[in-house]
Amino acid sequence: MITDILFYIFSAILLLSAAMVVSARNPVHSVLFLILAFFNAAALFLIAGAEFLAMILVIVYVGAVAVLFLFVVMMLDVDFAELRSGFQRYLPVGATVGVVLFIELAAVLGGWKLSPQAVQLHMSPTPAAMSNTEALGRLIYTHYVFLFQTAGLVLLVAMIGAIVLTLRDRKTSRHQNIRRQTERTVTQTLELLTVSLGAGMRDVGIRRPLVEETAEPQATSPYEDHGHGHGGHGHDHH
Amino acid sequence: MMQVGLGHYLVVSAILLVLGIFGIFLNRKNVIIILMAIELILLSVNLNFVAFSSAHNDMAGQVMAMLVLTVAAAEAAIGLAIVVIYFRNRGSIQVEDVNLMKG
Repeated sequence: MITDILFYIFSAILLLSAAMVVSARNPVHSVLFLILAFFNAAALFLIAGAEFLAMILVIVYVGAVAVLFLFVVMMLDVDFAELRSGFQRYLPVGATVGVVLFIELAAVLGGWKLSPQAVQLHMSPTPAAMSNTEALGRLIYTHYVFLFQTAGLVLLVAMIGAIVLTLRDRKTSRHQNIRRQTERTVTQTLELLTVSLGAGMRDVGIRRPLVEETAEPQATSPYEDHGHGHGGHGHDHH
Repeated sequence: MMQVGLGHYLVVSAILLVLGIFGIFLNRKNVIIILMAIELILLSVNLNFVAFSSAHNDMAGQVMAMLVLTVAAAEAAIGLAIVVIYFRNRGSIQVEDVNLMKG
């Protein structure tokens, strides 16, 4: 009984915050409502008995994805009022499509019946007397190991893609030149001096950095050699 | 009050899906909100998976829900990266401005 009431509360908040996500005036508010929606969806997962997925949802979505959205929304200096200018214009089309889709879904849900045989067709039945996390772990490392690896591969490709897309070589950034580092010899770095008694640093001439060497040109950056400045390709407007 | 079952979850996730698609139409100019609406749609898919998994006592649905979760996270990362480089090059994120590929 308590579970039922909680289900209704959580799903009401989930749907309200989802509506606010798409209709909020400020995108930052949208992201915050998205976080609220994810929390309530995690609660619904908990009610359905998927504890591990609920926690993953909170960690992955609220901890990573929503924060990523928040970063991007706050980082881009965009006039969001201007972006909302077509809001009224698109409202009828969106409402029409939404209502039509909802009627279709309602028709599907209304006329849908579970086949009695389908209940027996268990792909991987939930084991009794085992926690949700343990049961899921026993599945994804055995029967679904390729699916699990695919998920990892998707994440790897997404990570590489995001890095490649956003990495850019600034002219001001200083890169490590490994060839220069490894070609240095001891004589270039170490110098033995005989220092007479009472002589200051200025007299011996060991004040560093020397004035001549401070303006050391960074002649060959390894990134400029190949000539693929990331992110620089899109500048040529026709 | 009815006992909460599979049907309730399906109704909630159907409304969530409709809200997500409605959001895509409503905010046609703002890529970030569109990405968030896609996240809502994928969340409704997840809700369906978990509801069926719970109703049928079948763990396979939760495994699939994990895959959907992964794909959603990857999609958000790539989408936001594209938004960032697009903003860096053009100075705006208007969807209507994205016409470089038209030639």
